[in-house]
Amino acid sequence: MDWILDHLDDIEYLTRQHAWLSAVPTVLGLLLAIPLGWVARRYRFLYAPVVVGTGLLYTIPSLALFILMPLFLGTRILDATNVVVAMTIYTVALMTRTVADGLGSVPDSVTASATAMGFGPLRRLFTVELPLAVPVIAAGLRVAAVSNVSIVSVAALIGVPQLGSLFTDGFVRDFLDPIVAGLIACVLLALVFDLVIVLVARLLTPWQRAGASV
Amino acid sequence: MNEVLAWLTDPANWQGPDGIPVRTWQHLMYSLVSVGIAAAIAIPVGLWIGHTGHGRFLAVNLAGALRAVPSLGLLFTAFMVLGPYLNGEVSVFVPTIIVLVVLAVPPVLAGAYAGVEQVETAARDAARGMGMRATEVLWRVEVPCALPLIFSGIRSAALQVIATATLAATVGLGGLGRYLVDGLAVRDYAQMAGGAILVALLALIVDFVAATLQRVVVSPGLTGKTAGRKNALRRIQRTTLRASGS
Amino acid sequence: MIRFEGVTKQYPDGTVAVGGLDLEAASGRITVLVGPSGCGKTTSLRMVNRMIEPTAGRITIDDQDTAAMDAAELRRGIGYVIQHAGLFPHRTVADNIATVPRLLGRDRRGARAGSLELLERVGLPREFADRYPHQLSGGQQQRVGVARALAADPPVMLMDEPFSAVDPNVREQLQDEFLRLQSELGKTILFVTHDIDEAVKLGDQVAVLRVGGELAQVADPATLLGDPHDDFVAGFVGRDRGYRGLGFRAAPTLQPHEEPSVRLGSPVDEAQRLEAEWVLVTDDDGKPVGWVEPARLSGDIDRDDLHRGGTVAGIDGSSRGVLDAALSSPSGRGVIVDGDGLLLGTVTAAEVVAALEEARQGSAPDPETRTA
Repeated sequence: MDWILDHLDDIEYLTRQHAWLSAVPTVLGLLLAIPLGWVARRYRFLYAPVVVGTGLLYTIPSLALFILMPLFLGTRILDATNVVVAMTIYTVALMTRTVADGLGSVPDSVTASATAMGFGPLRRLFTVELPLAVPVIAAGLRVAAVSNVSIVSVAALIGVPQLGSLFTDGFVRDFLDPIVAGLIACVLLALVFDLVIVLVARLLTPWQRAGASV
Repeated sequence: MNEVLAWLTDPANWQGPDGIPVRTWQHLMYSLVSVGIAAAIAIPVGLWIGHTGHGRFLAVNLAGALRAVPSLGLLFTAFMVLGPYLNGEVSVFVPTIIVLVVLAVPPVLAGAYAGVEQVETAARDAARGMGMRATEVLWRVEVPCALPLIFSGIRSAALQVIATATLAATVGLGGLGRYLVDGLAVRDYAQMAGGAILVALLALIVDFVAATLQRVVVSPGLTGKTAGRKNALRRIQRTTLRASGS
Repeated sequence: MIRFEGVTKQYPDGTVAVGGLDLEAASGRITVLVGPSGCGKTTSLRMVNRMIEPTAGRITIDDQDTAAMDAAELRRGIGYVIQHAGLFPHRTVADNIATVPRLLGRDRRGARAGSLELLERVGLPREFADRYPHQLSGGQQQRVGVARALAADPPVMLMDEPFSAVDPNVREQLQDEFLRLQSELGKTILFVTHDIDEAVKLGDQVAVLRVGGELAQVADPATLLGDPHDDFVAGFVGRDRGYRGLGFRAAPTLQPHEEPSVRLGSPVDEAQRLEAEWVLVTDDDGKPVGWVEPARLSGDIDRDDLHRGGTVAGIDGSSRGVLDAALSSPSGRGVIVDGDGLLLGTVTAAEVVAALEEARQGSAPDPETRTA
C-alpha cells in the first residue's frame, strides 16, 4: 500500500498513457467499423467475407500483432504507433460485425418508411439507422473497450510505457505491489470506459429512457 | 522481412528441443489441456445455470469482470505467489495452467448458459409435454440446440488461451511464445517476428479446425437465418464471447 | 373420456386460475374450452397431462386417475399440440414426428416409415421428411406438430390454441383438415381457443369458462348460440348468433321450383329464348355452374360469361346454406341441388324464411345435425 502512495505520480502518468492508448484505438476502430459494417449490411454477398475477414484478424494474439506491426508500418519496435494501429485493428475486427448486426436490428418497416418519406441513403443512415442501432453497437463497444484496456498492458513487453509497465517492473524486481497496483488501475480504468459508453448510449437514446423497454 | 523469412526457413530452427515443431507442440498441448479442464468445469455449471436460471447474475458479471483483468498481470501474480511453493518446472507450469484455466472458464461458461437459455420455450414445453423426463429434455433437446453457442464459447476460450500461453513465455513457459520473448530480449527481430507469425498461424489454424468441427457436429437445422433486434443482441452475445483480454 | 372432478388450481399468492371445474370430455369427440384471457382454459388443459399439478380435485382419463400414473408415461400416451408447434429445430421433420415412438422404443426404420405416413395424413409432401423446421412456413410447421402428436396413436389429444399463430386463410385450411382428420381417427380431443368462431366450428361440445376458471356453460354449438345461459355467455358468443345458429340447423322442408337451364357451350339464342333476365347454366352432367345475363351474351355461352356470385345449397344441408343460396343469387332464386350435386330447382329467400318460420311454430322440432 505504501508503495502505491509513494509512486502515485508515476501511476498517474502511466494511467494517462494507458487511457490514451486504449481510447484512441477504440474510437478510431468504431469510426472505421461503421462504413465497413454498413457495406457488409448493404451488400449481402459482402457480409461473409468482410465479417469473417475482420474476424480473422482478431484471432491473432496481441503480442504477435504488436511485434509484426513494424513489418507493415516501418516503425521501430517500441513505437507506440504499433500499439495504436494493432489495437485499432482489433477494435475494427470486433466492431464491424457489431455495426452490421446493429444496423440489421433496425426494423425493416422503419427504414422503409424513411425511404418512402424521401430520405436519401446517407441521411437515413445517420438520422435513423445509426441512432436506432446504438443499443446494439454500444453493447459491442463496451466489450471492445474493456478488452482494449486489458490488451494494451501487453505492450509493456515491447517497451511501451503504460500500466503494463507496472507488471514488468514488479516481475523483474520480484515485487508484488506494483503488479497489484497495475491490476487495480487497469480494472478501474476499464470500468470508467464502460460507464462512459453506457452514459453516452443513454444520452443518444432518449426514447429508451422514456419508459418502454427494448 | 527477408530476414524473417530466412529465420523461418532456416533448418536449424526446425530441429532440437528449441525447434519450431517442439515448441508448437508444447504450445498446442498447454492450450488443449487448459481448455479441456476449463470445459470440464464450465460446461456442466453453465448447463445447470441455463437450465435452472440460478446464478445467472453471478455468471454474467464474472465473465465481464474477468475480461477487464489483464492476463499479463495475472500471470505474473500467479507465478510470484505460487512459484515459491513449488519446485523445478512445476513452478512455472502450475501457476500458468491455473491462470489459463481461469481465463478460459468465463467464455465457455457464458456459451453454455446462453446456449441453453436461447433454446425456444415452445420446443422445451413440447418436449416435456410429450413425455420426456428432465434429463431427456436436457440431453436430447437443450444441449443439441445449445451447441452453436457452446462451440462459440470454446473457440473464444481457445483463442484466449493461445494468446495468454504466448505471454507465459515471460515467466518461463515453453511454447512458441519463447521466440517472441527471447527475441525481444536479444533484439533479434527475425526471431521475434518469425515466432509471431507462427503463433498467428497456430491461432488461425486452431480456429479453423474448431469452426470445421462445429459445422460437422452442430445440426444443420440450427443454422437458419435470423433477423431482428432480439437475434442481433443474441449475435452480439456471440461476439462478446469471442472477445478476450490478452 | 376425460373427466374433471372438482379440479382447482390456486397459486401461492392466492390467485385462483381454475375454481372447482367439473367437466366431461366425451370419448371420440372434440371438446373445446373457450373463454377470455385469465379464464383458466390453458391451465385446465395442462392439468390433464400434469404439466401443471392441480391443488384440489382429480382428473381421470377413462376412469384412471392421472395423478396415480408416472407423469412422463402419462404424457407419452397423450398427444400434445401447442401454439408455435414447438418443433425441435435441430431435428429433421421426420425425426421430429418420430420423437414419441422412439421414446417408446420403436426402431428407426419403423418410426421413419410411420413419419412418412403421417406426413401424408396431415397433407404434406413426403419430400419434407428430411427438411428442417426453419425451412417450413408457420402453417406447415403446425401440421408437423399435429403429425408429431399423432405419431404414437394416442387415444387422447390436448391442443392449446394450435391454429392461433397462423394467417387467417391458413387457419381455415388447417381447421377444415383437422375436422377431416378427426372424422377418420375419432380421437378424444380437448381443444383450447380464445376464438368463439373456432370453438363453434370445431367443437362437438363447447365449454365456456369465466375469468377465475369457472364453468359458465357447457353445450353443443347450436344450443350455445341459440340459448346462452347468461349475459356473460351471450356477450362472449357475440353478434349474429341467430344467423350463425342457422348453420347448425338442418334446412327446413322446401319445394324447389323447376328452373329452366341451358348447357354450358350452348348458342346464345337458346338462352334468349327463355325470356328471363337471368338464366341458369349447367354442365354436361346437369350440375349448376352459374348464372348468365342473355342480354349481355355474344357467341356461345362459355365460362367467362358466368356470374359466380350465387352459392349453391344442398337440399339436405343447413338452413344457413339454403338461405345464403337464395340471398346471394343474382336472380333472387337460390339454386338447390341434391346429394350428388344435380340441379333440383330454385327457391326464393321469402320461401326459405317462410319455411323456417313454419318449422319454428310447428309441433315437430327440427332435427339438429352438425352442418355448417
